[in-house]
Amino acid sequence: MPKLKINNVEIEVAPGTNLLQAAEQMGIEIPRFCYHDKLSVPGNCRMCLVEVKPGPPKPQASCCLAAADGMEVLTDSELVHKARKGVMEFLLINHPLDCPICDQGGECDLQDQAVAYGYDRSRYFEAKRAVKDKELGPVVKTVMTRCIQCTRCVRFASEIAGVDDLGLLNRGEDVEIGTYIEKTMASEMSGNLVDVCPVGALTSAPYEFTARPWELRKVESVDVMDAVGCNIRVDVRGNEVMRILPRLNEAINETWLADKSRLAMDGLKRQRLDRPYVRRDGKLVEASWEDAFAFAADKLKGLQGAQMAALAGDLACAESVYALKKFMNGLGSNMLECRVDGAAIDVSAPASWRFNTTIAGLEQADAVVLVGCNPRTEAPLINARIRKVWYNKRVPVYVIGQKIDLNYPYTYLGAGVDALEKLSIKAERPAMILGTAALQRADASAVLAAVRAKAVVNEGWNGFNYLHTAAGRMGALMLGFTPPQGQFSWQGIKAVWLNNVDTDVVKSIPADAFVIYQGHHGDAGAARADVIFPAATYTEKNATYVNTEGRVQQTRQATSPVGQAKEDWKIIRAFSEVIGKPLSFNTLADLRAAMAKDVPAFGAVDAITPVAWSDFGKAGTLDAKPFGTAVANYYQTCVISRASVTMAQCTEAFVKPLAMAAE
Amino acid sequence: MLADKDRIFTNLYGWNSFTLADAKKRGDWDNTAAIIAKGRDWIIEEMKKSGLRGRGGAGFPTGMKWSFMPKPSDKPHYLVINADESEPGTCKDREILRHEPHKLLEGALIAAHAIGAHKAYIYIRGEFFDESSNVWKAIHEARAAGLLGKNAAGSGWDFDVELHRGGGAYICGEESALLESLEGKKGQPRNKPPFPAMAGLYSCPTTVNNVETIATVPTILRRGGEWFAGIGRDAKNTGTKLYCISGHVNAPCNVEEAMGIPMRELIEKHAGGVRGGWDNLLCVIPGGSSTPLLPREICDTVVMDFDSLRAVQSGLGTAGLIVMDKSTDVVYAIARLSYFYMHESCGQCTPCREGTAWMYKIMQRMVTGNATIEEIDMLLDISKQIEGQTICAHGDASAWPIQGLFRHFRPVVEQRIMDYRKQAKAA
Amino acid sequence: MKPIVAPKEQQPTSFAFKDMTKVADILSRYPEERKQSAVMPLLDLVMRETEGQWIPEVAMEEIAKILEMPRIKVFEVATFYSMFILRPIGKNHIQCCTTTPCWLRGSADIVKACEEKLGIHIGETTSDGKFTLTEVECLGACVNAPMVQINDSYYEDLTPERMKEIIDALSAGREVPAGPQNGRKCSMAITGPTTLQDEAKKAGVA
Repeated sequence: MPKLKINNVEIEVAPGTNLLQAAEQMGIEIPRFCYHDKLSVPGNCRMCLVEVKPGPPKPQASCCLAAADGMEVLTDSELVHKARKGVMEFLLINHPLDCPICDQGGECDLQDQAVAYGYDRSRYFEAKRAVKDKELGPVVKTVMTRCIQCTRCVRFASEIAGVDDLGLLNRGEDVEIGTYIEKTMASEMSGNLVDVCPVGALTSAPYEFTARPWELRKVESVDVMDAVGCNIRVDVRGNEVMRILPRLNEAINETWLADKSRLAMDGLKRQRLDRPYVRRDGKLVEASWEDAFAFAADKLKGLQGAQMAALAGDLACAESVYALKKFMNGLGSNMLECRVDGAAIDVSAPASWRFNTTIAGLEQADAVVLVGCNPRTEAPLINARIRKVWYNKRVPVYVIGQKIDLNYPYTYLGAGVDALEKLSIKAERPAMILGTAALQRADASAVLAAVRAKAVVNEGWNGFNYLHTAAGRMGALMLGFTPPQGQFSWQGIKAVWLNNVDTDVVKSIPADAFVIYQGHHGDAGAARADVIFPAATYTEKNATYVNTEGRVQQTRQATSPVGQAKEDWKIIRAFSEVIGKPLSFNTLADLRAAMAKDVPAFGAVDAITPVAWSDFGKAGTLDAKPFGTAVANYYQTCVISRASVTMAQCTEAFVKPLAMAAE
Repeated sequence: MLADKDRIFTNLYGWNSFTLADAKKRGDWDNTAAIIAKGRDWIIEEMKKSGLRGRGGAGFPTGMKWSFMPKPSDKPHYLVINADESEPGTCKDREILRHEPHKLLEGALIAAHAIGAHKAYIYIRGEFFDESSNVWKAIHEARAAGLLGKNAAGSGWDFDVELHRGGGAYICGEESALLESLEGKKGQPRNKPPFPAMAGLYSCPTTVNNVETIATVPTILRRGGEWFAGIGRDAKNTGTKLYCISGHVNAPCNVEEAMGIPMRELIEKHAGGVRGGWDNLLCVIPGGSSTPLLPREICDTVVMDFDSLRAVQSGLGTAGLIVMDKSTDVVYAIARLSYFYMHESCGQCTPCREGTAWMYKIMQRMVTGNATIEEIDMLLDISKQIEGQTICAHGDASAWPIQGLFRHFRPVVEQRIMDYRKQAKAA
Repeated sequence: MKPIVAPKEQQPTSFAFKDMTKVADILSRYPEERKQSAVMPLLDLVMRETEGQWIPEVAMEEIAKILEMPRIKVFEVATFYSMFILRPIGKNHIQCCTTTPCWLRGSADIVKACEEKLGIHIGETTSDGKFTLTEVECLGACVNAPMVQINDSYYEDLTPERMKEIIDALSAGREVPAGPQNGRKCSMAITGPTTLQDEAKKAGVA
């Protein structure tokens, strides 16, 4: 543990800590442009210069100098100031003075540092450099003249995104960020380029000219575009979500966010169900809440509990699922189902449907086996973690299932179960990841058993992982939103309540059944509905979601629901009153307390409550047919992303060309 | 003047062929095994005794550099020979490469043994095509004769040399940029530490030496470190040195002379003197384009070695003298160098990428006088903002010629600025 | 300074190395797991094998495949080094050094002679495709200034007249011996050896 002095204060840091990090540990922020915590260190911007003794009589880049015993570092001396002022001046001479029309304005590292280290006027009277903009697709807008050549984007693309499409071309004054001869960059992680760019060279294309950072209210929340539970920050102006950014959580998404989670937000404003509807004469017509409630109550009147069912969909929050369960139970119905993607999950064995290794735990793995799973489309941030362990430690990855386009090399073992049966890898801590597609088949129980048999589980390591694709699934499963015995059946069902259900399961609803749809978008569920209760999106409510690890997290309301839409649990609570079976809770706090009483894990927010390892699956005949695909198009997987223009553009730009190439 | 018997490079001008047969006649490869048999420690000790300082420009003591190499481990060690000679005013290594390649190969074997390397790469500038083909032929001759390969020259040491041609980038003469380039990347210098001795080529312990340095080694070890140390002004400035004398002299040439020879003697004895006589001398850039120029008054008395030139705020560098007579537009001469440093900046780090271009743009205006007196100080200030702030020494090298110009010729530029104004007013 | 990349219309659609033994020989110089080191020699080989002495896009992609490296990294290298040319050029590539040591010895007149003789400016190619004229930085033959490099060879100690003669000869398809054009021996002073007089006599130089 090297001991050194920074600004005459002694500090002891872990070996390998660089001076910039060491200073940060003391609360001293050293300005930087090229340095980024999660990327390799090029030391090229020279902004983080500090004075170091012993050493040559010139300033040193603190980002790439390891702390050593006995060093004396000055971060604020006259020499340091002079050096940084010089660097700042150089960075600014060719930087355009277009801050007023630059989207980075107000949150620009260059702008901020210029306040501290810039001269009040320019000494540069020569012609400024102009750089041609690059085409990077519908997510990232480029204004390359603003680029300060820090190469963060190049390093992000090659190290994190795993797409070696960006480079620093030419040399000297002519260096510029470029792609391989006018090719775009295809990555589901491309939005992070906007975050890593310290200036306004790479900005968010959909966010272009829409808001200034000082106008925004920042709400810390959780993403629901997949089952990873990425931590996000929702930036709001008035009652409008202006953008979504990642929020650091080392256990989940580190500092990254995938494009759908970031940019499907324009879908929050389109195709919204902003008022109740009832179906009269075969057509959905607008109605008041009172009318809609009365309409539904009337239709349910006289039905037995056994004639009613309820489904919880991909985006259903735990509160609404819990309320709906209580409500249905109160009516005498047990026919509940949340496995609306058709995956034959064994409810009795919680360890069989969670990501036991944990996302951060993947970094301890010495091999990764993917079974019927494409993490790149199903859970990009878990994929990013797999890439990280491959990138840092060259941990081998094996794939059983479809041949997929991953951003790291893998060994392909085969398309179906035979490869699974033959699987034998030498590893002490392999992480097996079973995808939804692997259980969307008749022999799911046998598949489960086969994977369980191959998984390494011992004290200190659980290598069995199930990867959910929907944000709502885990919570609903934990709340027991499934039939108590046996399988879900439409037999004799006359009325069904859909809580945010828009998957293919809607097609299987008996034609004569009365359908109540609760949700926020006019999509598959609403089309089948007889009555629509407009609900709030994840940005419009305080709601609980459990990620695929079993981590309980809460969204926070950033805007109020559109139109007459209401928070989901409140709809159910209100309706329970209408039909004279009022639920016991009146406030969110009451509901959450009751929920935590029934399922204690919900009381431990931001934590994973462990589950016991148990027996599951039933060895049996395996079907030779290959594993399928859970997510066909990453960009359009839920009602929000399907309503998003940006996601449609991404589909055009990135998915269609691939499909065409495949043909 | 250096006696002929003390000259190392007796085929400097290619009077005889570079081939193995002729090289052997000149004493190359003469019982090399016996030198190696004396052992690593003896070799390094003898090199230290010789006082040889690296001939690539920085002048770091060679024996000490070799001693920094770690003990053998599971990682291979590499010797990398810097033949990327690109410093304006410098063309000495070229002569070794094309006329004395066997001295280089023999030196490589000895140096490699001293640092525990079984492999050396010669990184030769891409434009030296004919030179590289001579080296290539020499390598093949040496392999065929058992001087390279398994048990090289009967020394018991396995050693081979590969040739790697550059692609046209001055910056690859910087050792860490050279290593990057050799690894198949852009020649962008690395941050140091780690130094090559710890993590060099392919992250393995590596010593990078200049061509002249390595080619000097066999003779030093044959004749003894003391012999080499006996030539020169003092213990820190020893041995013989290849000088390149270009520019306004009557007979430009390369020549091997003693370290510490007076500049005037060097120019007058070997290069036919300054065009129009010594009194017609304006200034001399003494050690390749990076070293600040020296005006006539200093040239009168200065001697050519590391510390003497440093004492007059310049340097020996590569010992490439660029001589300018009084007809020279010295402002343009330096502005042209500014262009060179801008053109050759790798573009990686901010001060050099932005600063070299900025300085050149101002220098262009200084040439015509379309500037202000205040801009001279600003230019010097900018040069100081580059110097010492960059990843490698390219930034310093771009700043020094300009600083040298204004140190000695500021009035010339000021006059030009005033003349320009007068003219502009008249127009 | 920025390399000019040939437009799409000029880019061939396929590329294969003509001589794979040369490729194998280049690869053999570097450790197997470090074959990216071969990128520069392979780019050089492409120029030697390609009509117009240049590197097409497809060739960079081929190199990327052979060396198992991202094509953008090949492109980075190709755009960084001044010797890699990404557009077709003339049969004789005249590269005039104009850096200070050559300039002091009259390189500006050499450039002017070239431009007059060829009727083109720096950066251009003659319409018959025989010559491309470029300005380059110091080529490391300063004591033999002024000099130019034509394809692989150095032509030193030039005068404008001699430069024009060389162009005439090359234009007529005649070879011109490289090296000093004023009769001097390499980098020895033109006035004769100042050192090693005995050796010089033995070698018949003086």
